[in-house]
Amino acid sequence: MTADGLTAEQIVTFDLSEAKPRELNAVLHDPDITSATYRVINPGGRHSIAVGAVAPVSVDIDGHAGYYCAGMNQLAHVRVRGNAGTGVAENMMSGTVVVEGDASQSAGATARGGLLVIEGSASARCGISLKGADIVVRGSIGHMSAFMAQTGRIVVCGDVGEALGDSLYEARIYVRGSVKSLGADCVEKPMREEHVAEVAELLQRAGIDDQDTADFRRYGSARSLYHFNVDDAQAY
Amino acid sequence: MHDAQEHANGCAAAAGSGALRESATFDRHAIAEIQRAAREGIYDIRGGGAKRKVPHFDDLLFLGASVSRYPLEGYRERCSTDVVLGTRFAKQPLHLDIPVTIAGMSFGALSANAKEALGRGASAVGTSTTTGDGGMTPEERLSSKTLVYQLLPSRYGMNPDDLRRADAIEIVVGQGAKPGGGGMLLGQKISERVAGMRDLPAGIDQRSACRHPDWTGPDDLEIKIEELREITDWQKPIFVKVGASRPYYDIALAVKAGADVIVLDGMQGGTAATQDIFIEHVGIPILAAIPQAVEALQELGMHRKVQLIVSGGIRSGADVAKALALGADAVSIGVAALVALGDNAPELDAEYAKLGSRAGFYDDWHEGRDPAGISTQDPELAARLDPELGGRRLANYLRAMVLETQTLARACGKSHVHNLEPEDLVALTIESAAMARVPLAGTSWIPGRDRL
Repeated sequence: MTADGLTAEQIVTFDLSEAKPRELNAVLHDPDITSATYRVINPGGRHSIAVGAVAPVSVDIDGHAGYYCAGMNQLAHVRVRGNAGTGVAENMMSGTVVVEGDASQSAGATARGGLLVIEGSASARCGISLKGADIVVRGSIGHMSAFMAQTGRIVVCGDVGEALGDSLYEARIYVRGSVKSLGADCVEKPMREEHVAEVAELLQRAGIDDQDTADFRRYGSARSLYHFNVDDAQAY
Repeated sequence: MHDAQEHANGCAAAAGSGALRESATFDRHAIAEIQRAAREGIYDIRGGGAKRKVPHFDDLLFLGASVSRYPLEGYRERCSTDVVLGTRFAKQPLHLDIPVTIAGMSFGALSANAKEALGRGASAVGTSTTTGDGGMTPEERLSSKTLVYQLLPSRYGMNPDDLRRADAIEIVVGQGAKPGGGGMLLGQKISERVAGMRDLPAGIDQRSACRHPDWTGPDDLEIKIEELREITDWQKPIFVKVGASRPYYDIALAVKAGADVIVLDGMQGGTAATQDIFIEHVGIPILAAIPQAVEALQELGMHRKVQLIVSGGIRSGADVAKALALGADAVSIGVAALVALGDNAPELDAEYAKLGSRAGFYDDWHEGRDPAGISTQDPELAARLDPELGGRRLANYLRAMVLETQTLARACGKSHVHNLEPEDLVALTIESAAMARVPLAGTSWIPGRDRL
């Protein structure tokens, strides 16, 4: 028995030193998918691991993943026991993706639903053009994060690089550490009770229980660039 | 008579008499533009493609058959027009009956009725339509037998279900009207439905980024293409669309990145809304772009293996035939399709005049006040376009275009439109000869290739 209560027979293992991501992805797209847990060993930084999953299965990747791991994920629970390359969980629709290590650029880009948890840090453009998903980062995130983020929520327990939330729409951003600079039209907003509760809920869903929600600050759109005005031209 | 027309007639008469001299540099348009900028403090935004005169297909002629070549009988001998797109890697390439496709135009920029009409017209003649920067609507999926789904920098409405519902995927790197530019859909066109599809509030300006959010450069693009293939189980052809600027390099890199099909859009290609300065001053004419693209494909041994679709100013079967003769596998139309639906119709002249324009000149597609009901989200205006009738008009136009293309191909002795070749063409001007890489008519001279 495993920690999940599954027997070894119920866990399907893909060894990417022998198999290709194609074989795993084909199984994850099968409408009649039955096995509850897939284990990926020797991922070796391969790209497009577990992309386009369609069912609420678990995919456990034992090592580092390359670009677009869990891209466009629907319903599946994907865990990377290592680092993830560019665009992890890009355009995710639902489900959860957890990266135990660090994530490269554009983590959660354009993601529309579900939860992305990065237990390490994320590089530049984390949550770029976010469209409804939630992202929780235990570490720090890089520059131009949440650029043009539309909806959804981002919680960062560490620090943030330059130009956070540039040209932001309606996404909400919570940061515990320092913010090097805010992008155009991104402003700090007061933390009201509902925002504290929102941070608590997201941290809890991410399995992070050692942060004080009172330490977080909220950032959002000033909405001053919502209608083009020539007098704002210098803001761009 | 309208004041502007009266003024223009008066000016023409005065200039004709020689009494007044108009500056070639500060012509009436340049003066009007300075006056407008001084008044408004902002650049002019409009729809459509380049309006300036550039070397185009009109500058080429076909050499019909005679003693040394023999033609095919017009109404008797077959001249095929089918095209297969995506034969390189996709398990399900597109089989189209005609080499004219409908270019990507968004629901948002266009009304739902217009999108449906495009789907109906294209499907009636066995060709494809393309989504745009606003996601896929159920209406267009339903009305389009073959639908190409665009993956744009904004990723508005992008989702894996629609990727799998699509017949092909087009990664849009750029477009001919604005290579290197993003876009903006003004708030007045953002209805609740348009906003909902884009995950944004209604009524606000919606910007489309100029770069993709999760890849940069050809090496990343290769990985992105692989991801899309994985998500769609290698079923769908992957197109890569570029605006014509450096086609020799862009096409080579797109092929290297794994594209099944290249879409190359010249500067005459339309846009829903962009700065006039961008439309008129960035990019190159499609005539100059095709030979560069074909050269890149031939050098890689991929001509006809990676199919080439060209667009930007295609109006008639003559344009189609010339584009194919230069080496394209198919063409794409956008502006012409909208005109076929009823854009700029003369019977709407009075309404265009109320908007400060005239039939034949209207290009403020971004404002959402289109009296033809095409580039609008206003329910009353949109209702003016009957999708069934619009579809029939588009199908008529496409059929006429194909007949024209076949007429020219038969005259050159070709049993398939793809058998047209550069050898069938000559150029009327030195410029077009150099760009199209065909001889100046009456000579064997190809400027830029041969010495004087």
